[in-house]
Amino acid sequence: MTRAALVALLSHWRQHHFQLGVLILGLALATALWMAVQAINTQARSSYAKAEGYVQQFDMPGLVSTSNSLRVSDYVALKRAGWALSPMLEGRMRRAGQSIDIIGVDLLTTPRISGAVPSATEAETGELLLSMLRSPEGLLMHPDTAAAVSEAFADARIHLTTEVPNGRAIGDISTVSRLLDEPEKLTRLIYLGQGQPSLTALRALPDHIQFEATGTSPIDPGSLTESFHLNLTAFGFLSFVVGLFIVQGTVGLAMEQRRGLFRTLRCLGLPFRNLILILVIEISIIALTSACIGLIIGYFLATALLPGVAVTLSGLYGVQVENSLTVRPEWILSGLAMTLLGAAIASGYAFYSLWRLPILQAPSTQARGQQILRNFNGWALTGAGLLGLGCLSLLLWGGLNGGFVFLGCIMLGTALLLPFCLWHILRIGQRLTPHPLGHWLWADARAQLPGLSLALMALMLALATNIGVGTMVSSFRLTFSEWLDQRLSSELYVTARDDTQGAALLHWLEVRDLRVLPIRSQVLQQPTGQITIYGVRDDPTYRDNWPMLEAQPKVWDQLADGQGILVSEQLARRADLSLGDRIELPQGWPNRVLGIYSDYGNPHGQAIVSMPQLLRNAPEAPNQRFGLRMDLDEIPNLIKDLQEVFDLERENITEQGKIKAASKRIFDQTFGVTDSLKLLTLGVASFAIFTSLATLWSQRLPQLGPVWAMGVSRRTLAMIDILRSLLMAALTALLALPLGLVLSWALLVVINTEAFGWRLPVYLFPLDWLWLTSLSLLAALLAALLPAWRLFRLQPSELLKVFSSER
Amino acid sequence: MVLTVSNVTKTIPQSGLEKPILDQVSLQLDAGKSLALTGESGSGKSTLLHLIGALDGFDGGEIQIDGCPLSALDDGSRSALRRSKVSIVFQQFNIIPSLDVAANISLHAKLAKRHDPQWDTELVRRLGLSPLMSRYPEQLSGGQQQRVAIARALAMRPKLLLADEPTGSLDEETGDAVLALMLELVAESQTALFLVTHSPGIAAVLDQQLHLSNGRLT
Repeated sequence: MTRAALVALLSHWRQHHFQLGVLILGLALATALWMAVQAINTQARSSYAKAEGYVQQFDMPGLVSTSNSLRVSDYVALKRAGWALSPMLEGRMRRAGQSIDIIGVDLLTTPRISGAVPSATEAETGELLLSMLRSPEGLLMHPDTAAAVSEAFADARIHLTTEVPNGRAIGDISTVSRLLDEPEKLTRLIYLGQGQPSLTALRALPDHIQFEATGTSPIDPGSLTESFHLNLTAFGFLSFVVGLFIVQGTVGLAMEQRRGLFRTLRCLGLPFRNLILILVIEISIIALTSACIGLIIGYFLATALLPGVAVTLSGLYGVQVENSLTVRPEWILSGLAMTLLGAAIASGYAFYSLWRLPILQAPSTQARGQQILRNFNGWALTGAGLLGLGCLSLLLWGGLNGGFVFLGCIMLGTALLLPFCLWHILRIGQRLTPHPLGHWLWADARAQLPGLSLALMALMLALATNIGVGTMVSSFRLTFSEWLDQRLSSELYVTARDDTQGAALLHWLEVRDLRVLPIRSQVLQQPTGQITIYGVRDDPTYRDNWPMLEAQPKVWDQLADGQGILVSEQLARRADLSLGDRIELPQGWPNRVLGIYSDYGNPHGQAIVSMPQLLRNAPEAPNQRFGLRMDLDEIPNLIKDLQEVFDLERENITEQGKIKAASKRIFDQTFGVTDSLKLLTLGVASFAIFTSLATLWSQRLPQLGPVWAMGVSRRTLAMIDILRSLLMAALTALLALPLGLVLSWALLVVINTEAFGWRLPVYLFPLDWLWLTSLSLLAALLAALLPAWRLFRLQPSELLKVFSSER
Repeated sequence: MVLTVSNVTKTIPQSGLEKPILDQVSLQLDAGKSLALTGESGSGKSTLLHLIGALDGFDGGEIQIDGCPLSALDDGSRSALRRSKVSIVFQQFNIIPSLDVAANISLHAKLAKRHDPQWDTELVRRLGLSPLMSRYPEQLSGGQQQRVAIARALAMRPKLLLADEPTGSLDEETGDAVLALMLELVAESQTALFLVTHSPGIAAVLDQQLHLSNGRLT
């Protein structure tokens, strides 16, 4: 009995191929975007885990300098004093436009280097060590890193290993010292002794050196990038929800269309329980088919998006993610589970309606106005409740999670309010329109609202996301651009090969009466994290241009007098610092906060003191980089002279414009993946409108037939159909605008501040809104074209069926 | 003459062959007069009504409404003709679910740019629809819906009123009352009424009766 009934129910789809296609495609699209995001997140997290494991391998107990001034001479002295140590030098270098974190260790004494080559025999490890030490010395690198930079390492032999994370390299300390041009510097002395060093030995340590136990890795990439992945997941989830709207609409329609069949089956003796069971089997088959298609689409989508995500992660956080996607059971299973769950949720309401409605009630394709209004009122009440909940979560919970709950509640709540608002707007429009066809257009639009509401909700969410994220990115771009102009005020930047050349260069430049702004800094490891402290000369460049967010009166005078310090916004937020507070720094450094300035795109803390203060506290601060204030016309000659006199490479001399252009290019690449996801979400929403209009097509004829019979031509009706679709999209876009602005406010003021540590001003971009509205109108136009064309081409005999009692 | 049908033929394709639905049908109807067309199911009654209403095309012959030959009209002109001269009352009422009663009644008249609120009020009063004006079709009984459909048809003062089983969905008592009212209003407004029915009883009330059998008038 059940099998026969299943066959009967499935026969519906034989006559409704398009509807079945829409259902499968809707669910597959929803799954695909979700799976793509999961695949990207899993891939990235795996890269972080690998990177973290790699960092931890060197995170052994050791001696470090409190002032970042560990020298080879310290190492020699400590060895002579009986310490069992292995030297280590860490640094970052740029080659072929890529940043590479490089670690130098003493290959013969560091215990963990063998781990860099998996399953190697002792002989193979020995071979590798020899190869690493022989000229040209070797570097271990991930194949992806090597592919990008190996040509820029002509002076080293590259050994490929996937054990070293992408974006990092490891080599012997002599090699790394040479590459970093730091022959005397060390960053850590790994402690090789058994157990803890004795108290006597610790007491005998020089003042600037201290013992450090394990677990002090400065930054965990996973925690840094958590918000980014949360954003990606939110996008994936949004698309998933939009896809579910398509499914919900299609399943609901199929249930409505088959109510006659249900009635017949029940009359033939099929128990209600069996009917439900059959429908569950049916939706499961469809869901699994969709999941498989979604899996394939999702894989290709993730493969296409991953390079963009890698650029974003590298640009925003300086972490490297492998570019190739590995198929992992986690995201496949998560995708399958989400598809089944999504199908269950999307069809839940249809099942509920089936259970609630008397099975013998005839199918109804007519608008049930009062019932619909009651439904919309119920949705609106739920929506209003969600809005309240969102505001409460922001006020009471706060933080990143509170911000995301706020966003979720606001978006879902507003989506639920949309049909109610549209219903009343259309009603007002109807009342205000005297023209009979216009009057009917508004009324007809209202009658179509139940069938279109889910698709319109999807469109609103997609538009709001586009407006919100677009405003965020554009505000960021504008702020970043202004900030670059402020920060990069020197016309030319020069980098000397070493401190000696730096001193000579400075003298040479000053003799030529040029305004020179040395860029000298010292990195301090503090309990609150890494802080880079810059020293600045008292120069109008800073007074006129520096991007201060808050400052005490006469801040630059106070700074020049050594009365305090300027801190970056991230540092101020992380350490909860306000003007006048004192920041925790080693003794001797000025520590009263005189001002807070913006410093976008930097995950670490940064601070500024006067140059004399920097040199008093860190006399060894590198003296190699200089900003020059000069006439633009004089730049070519100066570059020529610098190259001739100091034999500087051209890459050591950079014009301001080139740095800005490169920074802006990286910025745009960084948000490339966001743009792709925005467009994909809008695409899915447009598809939702198309599917709604297309599947509702058969239900339109009873509405259109009488108007046609009254003398309104099919051409006019088709045009009105398009106009109606445009009207709905335009109203939805209008209502999406305030939601998008709230979203952008939340992203810029709440989420961004929590996730990155900086707060951005909200700028408005009306032209972007106009563009998005045009895009949604275009989507609505395209979605309405097929149904309108079908209407225009419809044979009168089809319309006449509306009037026949046999219909 | 409001309506002239001359030797009209209509065929439809069926199993690869052209099956005749109407064969050399001719009739005439003057203003203020009523004509009942009876016939069995499938005899072509509704098809003829649709042809006269310019809702469908025919293969041969000619139909003239108020002197205007339909065969010469394109789709737009046919729409214009329906809008201005012809009203149709269907068995399934086919009133517009998204509009309330008042808007439904005035719609056709407004489309024809012939809206007369006083005439609307008169029709509404006579058809007993006054308390229902702000209701929607779903809130009306079958009889009420049919009265709305009649009011809509007459509100634009058509030259020709076509009615397809206008009381077919109603019980006998309601059907008789609705029919009587329709005839009364048609007579007053000098509208020609072409009514399709199964019922010989209803046909007998009208001025002229024709029977259609196998596509031919008898």
